[in-house]
Amino acid sequence: MATLEAMNIVIPIKQVPETSKVKMDPTTGVMVRQGVEAIINPLDLYAIEVGIELAASGGGRTTVISMGPPAAETAIREAIAMGCDEGGLLSGREFAGSDTWATSYALARAIATLPPCDLILCGERATDGDTGQVGPGIAAWLDLPVVTYVSGILRGGEGRLVVRRLVEDGCETLEVELPCVLTVVKEAAYPRLPTLRGKQRARAARVPVWTAADIGADVGALGLEGSPTRVVKIESPTVARHGQICTPKDPGQVEAAVEGIIAYMEKLDLL
Amino acid sequence: MKGKGKQAAPKKAQPRATVPHLGSAQERGEVWVLAEQRGGIVQRISFELLARGRALADRLAVELTAVLLGPTAQPGLRELIERGADRVIHVDAAALEHFLGEPHMRVLECLIKARRPQIVLAGATTTGRTLMPLVAVRCRTGLTADCTHLEIEAGTGHLLQVRPAIGGNIMATIKSPRHRPQMATVRPRSMAPLKADSKRRGEIIIEQAPAELLASRIRRLSFEAAEADGANLPEAPVIIAGGRGLKKRESFGLIHELASLLGAAVGASRDAVDRGWIGYPHQVGLSGKTVSPRLYLCAGISGSVQHLAGIKTAENIIAINNNPDAPIFNIADYGVVADLFEVLPLLMKKLAAYKAAKGEPTESAPARGAPAGGVS
Repeated sequence: MATLEAMNIVIPIKQVPETSKVKMDPTTGVMVRQGVEAIINPLDLYAIEVGIELAASGGGRTTVISMGPPAAETAIREAIAMGCDEGGLLSGREFAGSDTWATSYALARAIATLPPCDLILCGERATDGDTGQVGPGIAAWLDLPVVTYVSGILRGGEGRLVVRRLVEDGCETLEVELPCVLTVVKEAAYPRLPTLRGKQRARAARVPVWTAADIGADVGALGLEGSPTRVVKIESPTVARHGQICTPKDPGQVEAAVEGIIAYMEKLDLL
Repeated sequence: MKGKGKQAAPKKAQPRATVPHLGSAQERGEVWVLAEQRGGIVQRISFELLARGRALADRLAVELTAVLLGPTAQPGLRELIERGADRVIHVDAAALEHFLGEPHMRVLECLIKARRPQIVLAGATTTGRTLMPLVAVRCRTGLTADCTHLEIEAGTGHLLQVRPAIGGNIMATIKSPRHRPQMATVRPRSMAPLKADSKRRGEIIIEQAPAELLASRIRRLSFEAAEADGANLPEAPVIIAGGRGLKKRESFGLIHELASLLGAAVGASRDAVDRGWIGYPHQVGLSGKTVSPRLYLCAGISGSVQHLAGIKTAENIIAINNNPDAPIFNIADYGVVADLFEVLPLLMKKLAAYKAAKGEPTESAPARGAPAGGVS
């Protein structure tokens, strides 16, 4: 990680259901969500780690923010336990049902009310909604440049950062002016675990809860009402494809199974 | 832009409420697709989007326009028309050669505000997934990510946008009833392009972009092309993937060998990536890439919920695993419950023999060249 000057860093995170512990109902194909614990979006951990490392190398500060129900406070405390300096939570009925447009508006408003920051670090996307739209959305609201899919910060100085960005056909090296928004991918860092001391600090930390009034947000642009998009239907697709499964018992049957693979490829006209 | 020299740079976006631009069932706005070019070559995703856009535009009885940003060779513009566009708007400013965010955002915002399309589609690519949320905020409108199906709602004319969510466990249908344009990114490879029709006629409009739209606070310093076995998973027609069942880094070579024999891209489970057998760009699943190839063949992958989330829209899945209870077999179209160390070498031997019998050179051909399948 590059050594950099002191930066004020804001890290917006999201609390999501812990999908790796989730089982699927074998008959309905629906995710069984009962008793599933809520965790920090796994892809946000990379943003948190990059933020903590940058702040440590330059003497900066990290502020982690989130929007969610009151219980999302635990996500803020976990981030503080990892090493973030402070946090705050946007919570209230007015935020409920926000889509990515309204969410990025609320988070941008919150960031605008905090002391001026140099860098906003986001995860690439959340593992539940899976849109990746909130990071760029925040940048658009705040009129800041954004670099997405950042796999590493190479160097910085004089109000700029040089970063690597992963794209379909390779890797770009880009120089971006601060303040800016970066969304980072997994390659950017190895997230640390919370330490015992961190956990003690997190327990003692004060996590302010902000309402729309606190951040000067227009309530008409928040929540379900303020969101341009509407979910009109939810379906659970059936999972099982009922394919042909062979269980060869001897070398001859293995050979037949392999020929089955080739026949399948031939049928798809892939050979 | 063109003919509107007085148009100032768009106002700074202030976090402030919105006055929605209302749609109606009789609206005549066009359907737009954002074509993509790399190095002046129009990318396949552009033609996939045109196939989707054509169906929507026909249903609404409006015109279909492809917007293409950045210098592009002439045959590419022509091909956009041959594959479905009624009109191409080409902004060929050099500043738009590579995607940097702000210049693309301002130009597209400006075009949308001037011409008021009712639908704007882009690929769910690194470009589309960055540009569209920027433009949606600036245009105060809704955006749906990574759609796998689009249709027009009977009666209202709204765009119904269907996308997988919560790790592909649910399909959500989303619409933006009160805002225009309706914007969506569309998963690459989720639809085949239309056949090129050289008799199709259309208009190519070259737009000039005022310099103030093209300023960027981001500079591209350099570019390193990815290895050939393609981190470009979302667009690969065939993917060969390996997981923990390969046991060690050296044996992951089997996956590379088979992929090269088929001209396929290489994918991996999170386990394989976390063990350092292959880089993160190859990771398939919830915390990696979501893929929709014609064929996904995996060996030694048991199929965690996260991994399955990444391959649910694959057209065909072949799985090789020695555990008959592995969840991957629940979604495989063809499964082989056997030791991959027996199956893969035998498969390669037989594939080589098959190709030799078809008269193809066995050694040199596969690694390079067009990806297998050539579906288009």
